[in-house]
Amino acid sequence: MAEPLISLKGVTKRYGEGTAAFQALKGVDLDIMAGDFVAVMGPSGSGKSTTMNILGCLDVPTTGSFLFKGVHVEGLDRDQRSLLRRRYLGFVFQGFNLLARTTALENVELPLIYRGEARKKRHDMAMAALDKVGLVDWSHHTPSELSGGQQQRVAIARAIVAHPDVLLADEPTGNLDSQRSIEIMELLTGLNQTSGITVLMVTHEADMAKFARTIIHFKDGLVERTETGHRPGLELA
Amino acid sequence: MLWTTMTLALREIRRHVLRSVLTVLGIVIGVAAVVTMVTLGHATSRSVQSQISGLGSNLLTILPGQGIGRGGGGVQPPPFKIEDVDAIRGQIGGATAVAPEVQATATAIRNAANWSVSINGTTDDYLAGQQWSLVSGRTFTPAEEQAGKSVCIVGNTIKTNLYPDDDPVGTTLRIGNVSCEVIGLLKLRGQSGLGGDQDNTVIMPYKTVQRRFTGNRNVQFIMVAVDPRYESAPIQNSIGRLLRERRNITASKADDFSILDTKQISDALGSATTQLTAVVTAVAAISLLVGGIGIMNIMLVSVTERTREIGIRLAIGAVAGEVLLQFLVEAVALAALGGLIGLVLAFIACFGLAIPLKLPFMWEPQINLIAFGISALIGVVFGYFPARRAASLNPIDALRHE
Repeated sequence: MAEPLISLKGVTKRYGEGTAAFQALKGVDLDIMAGDFVAVMGPSGSGKSTTMNILGCLDVPTTGSFLFKGVHVEGLDRDQRSLLRRRYLGFVFQGFNLLARTTALENVELPLIYRGEARKKRHDMAMAALDKVGLVDWSHHTPSELSGGQQQRVAIARAIVAHPDVLLADEPTGNLDSQRSIEIMELLTGLNQTSGITVLMVTHEADMAKFARTIIHFKDGLVERTETGHRPGLELA
Repeated sequence: MLWTTMTLALREIRRHVLRSVLTVLGIVIGVAAVVTMVTLGHATSRSVQSQISGLGSNLLTILPGQGIGRGGGGVQPPPFKIEDVDAIRGQIGGATAVAPEVQATATAIRNAANWSVSINGTTDDYLAGQQWSLVSGRTFTPAEEQAGKSVCIVGNTIKTNLYPDDDPVGTTLRIGNVSCEVIGLLKLRGQSGLGGDQDNTVIMPYKTVQRRFTGNRNVQFIMVAVDPRYESAPIQNSIGRLLRERRNITASKADDFSILDTKQISDALGSATTQLTAVVTAVAAISLLVGGIGIMNIMLVSVTERTREIGIRLAIGAVAGEVLLQFLVEAVALAALGGLIGLVLAFIACFGLAIPLKLPFMWEPQINLIAFGISALIGVVFGYFPARRAASLNPIDALRHE
């Protein structure tokens, strides 16, 4: 069996000090293979968001190890983790988090600016990403001129524009109606299958989790159980 | 990277035009005020200097008594005589011209027109020392000076008022009770630094003035033109010693005459204007400081307002230094922009004020450059704190910020 892309071993996370301390994770072991589509589920306070923050290199475990592509992320500093995110990760948020008063195209170009791409290449890559989410015709619209579903598509285009290895989606359909939600999930599924991008998604909607190949259930800071192969035909590449 | 950061910063400024303008208003006003004050101050200095130099450069004026305007009370010091003038001319080296000045006022009458003039009784040396040339006619002959002939050289104001259409040279002009032949017309000199119209002067041989106007042999002032190759101070000292001797002043007593140096007057007035300019500039500079604080306030508000944006940038992979640089560049660009607008305003103000204030219009690259540099520096100083705050935000908290 191949080496996992992501591997958490005995990860704990503790917030605060003394009596106010809160143990968010109590020893999580987790392997995620490249190309997988993973849904992380669990009630609030179960540790799923904390896990996602650690997997997204936004936070570090208190103890335990986090291997990403064979690199010990827990030993990296802030800027090193920023560079890791820049190169390998893409983020989609529940609240879309697009820059206001900024066109869809400029929003999508943002990660490329930090990667130091030239203007022309930036434009071409951003347009290609907008094409993948079906919004080429909306490239010069600002978020306030777009519907929620369109905004989330722009956010997905921004997340994939730099061809990351992993797409982290934190409740991507949380602010959308069911029709829009299904469209977004189909888009993510398509990206996962055609581009081979690994998708990690937090959701509390079982309907959305069904789109994933692997579902990880969290409870009380621990992995409760893992289900695999929900959707036949969605095989690991 | 700096280039993209600047693009981002300028884009951000363009997106919030009103907020940006309000932010930099303080800098705009501060820079405009400082540059205007300094420029007008220098223009004033220059105008004062040029008026003083209109009095003649390196000229000493010797007058009886101590100081200017300290008249009345005590014994009047004895006036000078023509022998004093001759003694200075004969015994003091380094003087290019020494001339007596016997002054009087009278009314000049030509045809039906009256004009009040000041009369200066002197010699040709006076015109030489003052470097005052003639437009037409000639200066006195030694014979005319010796004999005290009724001849005169008139200033431009007299020509304007009494000879509007013709040449005064060769005519006879009645001055007081004296009928006098006009032999020369002086070149226009303009206002003197100490007020008064220098061109409203009739110059006559001193003997003529003594005999026909003042009625005594006194000489009010002695003018000494110092050779520019010599230091003025030692010459003043030797003149002082000579006059003390001639006037029998004992060692324990103070001088009963004074020697004024136009250069000293010019320096004194110049340093007074410089000081005044410095004080006004300091006041104006305070508004620059206030402007900087204004920028810091808005940038701090902006960091709070844009917490989410910063979170997004960090999540996407911006390192702390890039966020810091973005906010810093924004602050500097804003401040520099404000500085530029201020310079333009200052230019307009100096241009507009030059005429009503009767000052020469000036544009000094130096002060403009300094003011612009300072405004950019203010951007760095007052932008750093908010920028550092932005860069140190935790991406998770920043993304969660409402």
